[in-house]
Order: sequence, then C-alpha cells, then structure tokens
Amino acid sequence: MPMTRINGVEIADSFAEAFGMRAAALVITADSKRWARQAATTMTGYATSVIGCGCEAGVDRELAPSETPDGRPGVRVLIFAMSVADLQAQLRNRVGQCVLTSPGSACFGDLMGDERLKLGESLRYFGDGWQIAKKLGERRYWRIPVMDGEFLCESTVALTRDAVGGGNLILMGATRQKTLRAAEAAVAAIAKVADAIMPFPGGIVRSGSKIGAKYKGMSASTNDAYCPTLRGAAASALGPEIASVLEIVIDGLSYDAVARAMRAGLAAIVALGPDKGALHVTAGNYGGKLGPHHFRLLELAPAPRGKGQAR
Amino acid sequence: MKPLTFRLRAPPGQRLDLSPLTPTRLNGMALREIAALPLHTSREPANAGDVFAISGADAERIVFEGGSQRFDRVGEAMAGGAILVEGDVGAKAGRAMTGGKLRVLGGAGIWAASGMLGGEIEISGDAGERLGGALAGEMEGMAGGLVVVRGDVGERAGDHMRRGVIVVEGRAGACAGCRMAAGTLAILGEAGPHVGYLMRRGTILLGASGAALGPTFVDCGVHELGILALLANHLRAASPRAAALLRRRLRRYAGDMAALGKGEAFAID
Repeated sequence: MPMTRINGVEIADSFAEAFGMRAAALVITADSKRWARQAATTMTGYATSVIGCGCEAGVDRELAPSETPDGRPGVRVLIFAMSVADLQAQLRNRVGQCVLTSPGSACFGDLMGDERLKLGESLRYFGDGWQIAKKLGERRYWRIPVMDGEFLCESTVALTRDAVGGGNLILMGATRQKTLRAAEAAVAAIAKVADAIMPFPGGIVRSGSKIGAKYKGMSASTNDAYCPTLRGAAASALGPEIASVLEIVIDGLSYDAVARAMRAGLAAIVALGPDKGALHVTAGNYGGKLGPHHFRLLELAPAPRGKGQAR
Repeated sequence: MKPLTFRLRAPPGQRLDLSPLTPTRLNGMALREIAALPLHTSREPANAGDVFAISGADAERIVFEGGSQRFDRVGEAMAGGAILVEGDVGAKAGRAMTGGKLRVLGGAGIWAASGMLGGEIEISGDAGERLGGALAGEMEGMAGGLVVVRGDVGERAGDHMRRGVIVVEGRAGACAGCRMAAGTLAILGEAGPHVGYLMRRGTILLGASGAALGPTFVDCGVHELGILALLANHLRAASPRAAALLRRRLRRYAGDMAALGKGEAFAID
C-alpha cells in the first residue's frame, strides 16, 4: 500500500470507513467532581461496542460548575446506538440504573432539537406518585424523591441522527510498549476534542476484528491479518518489524467531530515519532462499500515538514 | 424603525378595551388603518385614533405613552413582540398571552396574566386581585410564562394556577396560591393569611418563615435541592431578589394536606 512518511512515521494511503449512528449527549452533575465522574463512568461502563453492549458510550469532557444547568460540577457523556429505539432503551436503562442510583446526581440533555428521547418522562415512575414535574422556560424536569433528597432529571433529551461511529486509527509498532505509548498519546489528544468519544477501554482496542469467522453464527472474529503472532502462518498485513498493533475507535456527534478527533490523534502519533512510538499508522475499512463516511488518513495527517514548509 | 407609539391624548373618560392593539394584530397595518380600529368601550364609541396620537412604524415594539387604570386587556392574547406601557393598566393585562413581553411601568388591575400560556409580564407597580388567576367559570388560571410584579399584589394571586412562574417582590394579599394545580409562585414580601389554601400541587416560595403557613402544611425539613438552583438560574435576570432567596437555606413544607397535599412551600429556615 502506498504510504507517506511524516516525521519518520509511515502513514498509509488508506481510510477509515464509518457508519451513521444515532446519538444523545447528557450532562451529569453531582455535589462534587468525583461523584459526577463516578456516575458518568458507571453509566458508560460496558459500552464499548454496539455488537455486544447495545450502545457505545463515553465521557466527552468534564464541566465546570459555571457550565452546568444546576451550577454543580458535571461531566458530559455521549451515547451512540444504531437505531433510535436502541438508543432510547439504553438511555433509559443506563440512566435509571447508574445515574439515578448515584449519590447526589442530576441529569440533563445537552443537545438541541425537536426529535426527543424520553428520560425523566419514563424514569419518573420510580417516584411512585411522589414525583413532581417542573417546567422552567422551554425545559421540563422531573423531581423524583430518593433517599438522599431528589433526583432531578430532564423530561426528554434531544438526539442527533447525524452522528458518525467507527472512525479509527490502527497503530503498529516495534514493541508493545512503544505502540501503547503512541496510542496513549493519541487518546490524550483526542480526549480534548469536543463531541467525540473513544468507547473502548482507555480509548484503545487491542482485539480488532474482521467480519465473519470459520465458526457458524459468529459475525466477527479476530483480525488475523493484524495479529503479529500469526505472521507467516496467516495472510499477514504486518511487516517483519511490527510486534504490536492497537486500534483507536472514535464515535462523534458529526462527521466533522470524528475528522477533528482523527486529525488530533494522527498529530500526536506523528509528534511522538517512530523511535518512541508507532512505526506505521493505517485505518480500518471494508473496501469502502459498507460505510457512507470515509476519512482519508493523508488528508487528516499533519503536513510533512520539508522544504518550503520549514518554520 | 421607531416603535409603534400610542400617545394618550387625554385621560380616558370611560373603560377602553385595548386588546386589538398587539404586535401580532397590528403587524403590516398602516397608521391610518390602526387609527380607524374601533375599540370596545363602556359608554361612547371610539376608534384607536380618537384616544391616541399614533406614530412610529415597528409594530413588533408597541409603546403606550401614558397609561390609565381604564386601559383593559392590554396585550391580551399577545403571541410575540413587546408592549411597553408608560403608566398604569386596568383589568386583564396580558390575559391569555402566549409569547412576547408586556412591560407595565405603573400598576395593573385585577386578573393580570389570567389564562396566560407563555411569554413574560413585568409590572413595576402593584397588581390587583387574582394575578394569574382563573376567571369565574374557568377551570385553570395561568398555565405558562413568567410574571414579575415589583410591588404588592391583591388577594388570591395564582388562584388555580397550572404552570409557569409568578414572582411577587412585594407583599401578597390573602389566599395567595389558593387552589394551585401546579406552577411556581414566589412571594418575597409578607404574605397574607391562608397562603396555599387548598393547593393540590405546585410550589410556593416565601421570603418569610414557615410561620406564615397554616397548620395543614407539614414540615419536611431543610434540604438542598437541585430544582431550587435551576429556578434561581431561571429567575436570575428577571428577579435577582428571588434568585438570591432561592440560594438561601430553605425549609420545605408539604401541603395543603386539606386537599391533595402534593404541593410544597419553601420558607426561610
């Protein structure tokens, strides 16, 4: 595959192929940053992939008290699913089991729009008749009595149909340590990008999959072409210098958010360089026929510093 | 564009129904047409041009230069834009409003904001009885929007209120918030007897201690509630005093236990 070397890191002339998703954004607040974070972490746990978890979710960013509706520390969470019905079910269950239950929490929508998902509107029944609705301006809230006071929850939250899931970067390095270091640098850079999350553990996935398997009924199985231990035995995509491959998967509220995230990740990987980090970066796709969104790495990579571009 | 201005020619000798003079209804009309609009009166027939010298062009912003307690139904059913009255208004100001802003620099008569559904009313002076209340025969009072009265209000403010927020920065007469079905009524000054009389649901905020409440309101203790912070933010611009009260230590009372008992009153602890 043709590639371009930038700061010594090879960037493949490939593209990430991504899909349209439905998504919602929530603001979860609590009495302290610690407990806002706790509720958000619990709510977005076990949400790495729609394949097995029903949704993909993660923390977008932490919010200062001045940025939240109730003036307390907060966390912005994004949740993605393949259909509005899936998103609705996941939202209700996750907020109901993980945010409603978390000490001192409150939960608000953070997108604008007319198409709405029920949140407090369905969780209110937990109040068993003691729940109270309050409409302030255009926003309606439910107050549900709980053992430490009231769970305050917006009645409905907006969703977007323009979300994009499956933006990705595949990093290859000479050792596991170096590849992980590059992936960590990319995750740290992408974490600063608004409206995008990385749903896998710490933002990184080490078990990339291919479609299908030799076993009946399995829709996905290990991506043997990228497993360094199978080099030689299977049809490998890896050169002899590669000992480890890690992937970063990105979901965003828009095409632009995913593009910004991939650009930030690529810049961090390139800045780290091949000696400390990754030797080679590519992206996962299905030949371009399945997903409507394509992100070309060379369009998102930082410009090589050569003649005429020296600063 | 200059606001559409109605300068009162002389103090009116009869009651005037000014409900035709709203931004929505006057939009696109020539001054001549506006002047020819008949106004309902109580004795002599009159057109708008007989009562007011009319000038300006922007019907989205209407100004009444001079007011009167005989100005009835100012801003009734208004859906957008702004009306400023540089003086008093009579009965039913802002009745059944759905949007926009009505600002009265003087006082208002009875039934201001009755049947209101949205928008904002600010009354710099006092307001009469049944602010935001239901008219005789109506099942509901105010059902949306925000009303702020800087002065005092008469009896039965918020009677049968359904939704929306009323802030009274001064004192309220007897039976404030009586028969409330929902909504929020804040009384920053002294409240008369029988606050929340037979209220079913809804929220009353008192700038006084819970001693102002009757025995059918039961003490639920002092709590820090997120909804009070949201309400404070909501009222920050319209009534900084109400916002400041909401940030104080407040005791919650549930009532009226003589009715459904799912209402609440917050009072200074």
